[in-house]
Amino acid sequence: MTRSTVSGATAAPRSRRSRAPGRTAAGRSAVGRLVFLGPGLAYLIVLLLVPLALVLSYTIFRRGRFGGVVYEATGENFTRLLDPLYLDVIVGSLKLASIATVIALLVGYPTAYLIAQLPRKWKTIALVAIVLPFWTNFLVRIYAWIVLLSGPGLVNSTLGDLGLGPFEFLYNQGTIVTGLVYSYLPLMVLPLYAAIEKLDPQLREASANLGARPARTFVSVTLPLTLPGVVTGCLFVFVPSFGNFIIPELLGGGRSIMVGNLIRDQFLKARDWPFGSTLALALLAVLVVLLLLQAWSARRA
Amino acid sequence: MSRSRYARRLPAAALAAGLALAVSACGGEAADPATSADPAAPAAGATSAQLDPNADLSKQSLAISVWEGYTPKELPQQVKEKLKTELKVTLHANNEEIMAKLTSGTDTGLDVAFVSGQYAQALNEAGLLEPIHPELVPNLANLFPEAKELSYDKGNVFSVPYTWGTTGICYRTDLLKTPPTSWNDLLSPPAEAKKKVTMMITERWLALPAIKALGYSVNTRSDEEIAKVKEKLLAAKPNLLAYDDTTFRDRLKKGEAVMVEAWDGWCPAGEKNIDFVIPKEGSDLWVDTMVVLKSSKNKEAAHAFINYILDPKVHGWAAENILYGVPNKAAMDLVDPELKASMPSLQMTPSQLLQGESIIDLGEDSVKFTRLATEVAAQQ
Repeated sequence: MTRSTVSGATAAPRSRRSRAPGRTAAGRSAVGRLVFLGPGLAYLIVLLLVPLALVLSYTIFRRGRFGGVVYEATGENFTRLLDPLYLDVIVGSLKLASIATVIALLVGYPTAYLIAQLPRKWKTIALVAIVLPFWTNFLVRIYAWIVLLSGPGLVNSTLGDLGLGPFEFLYNQGTIVTGLVYSYLPLMVLPLYAAIEKLDPQLREASANLGARPARTFVSVTLPLTLPGVVTGCLFVFVPSFGNFIIPELLGGGRSIMVGNLIRDQFLKARDWPFGSTLALALLAVLVVLLLLQAWSARRA
Repeated sequence: MSRSRYARRLPAAALAAGLALAVSACGGEAADPATSADPAAPAAGATSAQLDPNADLSKQSLAISVWEGYTPKELPQQVKEKLKTELKVTLHANNEEIMAKLTSGTDTGLDVAFVSGQYAQALNEAGLLEPIHPELVPNLANLFPEAKELSYDKGNVFSVPYTWGTTGICYRTDLLKTPPTSWNDLLSPPAEAKKKVTMMITERWLALPAIKALGYSVNTRSDEEIAKVKEKLLAAKPNLLAYDDTTFRDRLKKGEAVMVEAWDGWCPAGEKNIDFVIPKEGSDLWVDTMVVLKSSKNKEAAHAFINYILDPKVHGWAAENILYGVPNKAAMDLVDPELKASMPSLQMTPSQLLQGESIIDLGEDSVKFTRLATEVAAQQ
């Protein structure tokens, strides 16, 4: 399942090609392929590859005074990247995203495991419930947290009635992590569920028959076999968390910034597209490393 | 500050003078009275086009770019009726967006743009603006005399002010023991306001409270001063609820915050228990302006449009709806006195406003403020 989510796009055309019989049919099917692949390819080229190439090319140029780019080659964007100010933000974002990922995994794995054990009807209901938050706009849900947790918010006023508080829940790194976990937990649960669901129950029974305790069975059988799901889920949570800038701004009160905020500010406030592009490249580099790791673990599985 | 600014402009001014000579040699026009009044200011603006005051405006069409909600929705119909000119309104979210558009080097097709004063200054330095032809804008007479004294553009050579205001402290009278009077009250708040203060994060306004508390200029370029400002801002950070440019109003109303750094027009001082003060150390003066682009092919219509905006009724719309002060005496006189009494931004007199220091564009040095904002935000 993990292979299909990440490398499915390239795998599909390859298998189709191998099925194409004869020469003329191949020629005809080339046209057909182009027709069917055309929209998708155009989308990828125009909206992904071209902007990506632009961003990459900007990294070696200088900032124009009012934004834009002066086409004079320079390496200063990369030396700036090593400035402790920006390095600290990147490392801080890695830290927050990692914490959020680990928590999401710790919460998501048991959830996915339990859902996989449910009777068929309840499974569907549980899965719909997991996806349900996505039906509401992301910003609205984040604001809901503010309504809940703010100084005069719902939680505090309830606690106040009990003679407790008020507590300051919001605007620290803890709330940023909470927001990240909340937002991306479904992306952890779904691939985990798929991996656990696919698992042959006979393997677990065999392990029990051979005298392994449930904990041992989990560590030696279930976990290794669902590891690709774990890696995919972690990736799905880590990637959007790492680049997030809305949650630090709203739930973090702008008091801490992540690399996403840095990139956004370079483009929209500092008008420094080349450095913003360089930061984006650094973010991409981290993500490419992670994707390679994921591909590697999927192949091993 | 002004000294260094003019020194930086000398090369541009020399070039402009050369171009002006070339134009006048080809039978150019009479000197602009505003230009001759302030020889340092015009820079690139000296190359003004020859405009026909009797041009047929119905043959011209206008494209303007403005912040959302900053002009009436019916403006295109009104302009069509009054000037017989088609008007197309495009919107920009902030100065940066319109600046990126205007300086991209491609023809935007825009005739008039609304930008803040320091950006108008920068556009003019880049040679992108048509100087205002005062003979085509008789309604300039409606402006307060002080509106011609704005330091980014003395004499309204290349920009016409649309709204103006300042920044101060908006606070809850019921939740604070003593009303704030100084920026230091915001930076090191009393016990009842700890963790209930917000400041803005947009670079120049983030720095403003500390800059003024330390007695520096809002347009400082000194690394030493900016380092001191940073120190002060970092010391203030633990007492802050959040950095907030957009929702501080609601936070104040709910009581989540009791004291916020706010633009005067954003402080709901008309409501019970909320008041606004300009701290005793002084503050800034921001101005949003209208400029005519050099690339415009409809310059006569553009001037007629600005003239129409300066009409007291039209300009008064801005005061009554955006709740910012407008630098138009006739328009301010028309504003509903009840509304005026409820909004500090509408009570501000021009001379009060002019005590504030105009923010000007710092050119290459502006990156210092970007860095400052990043450093302050990144610090844990």
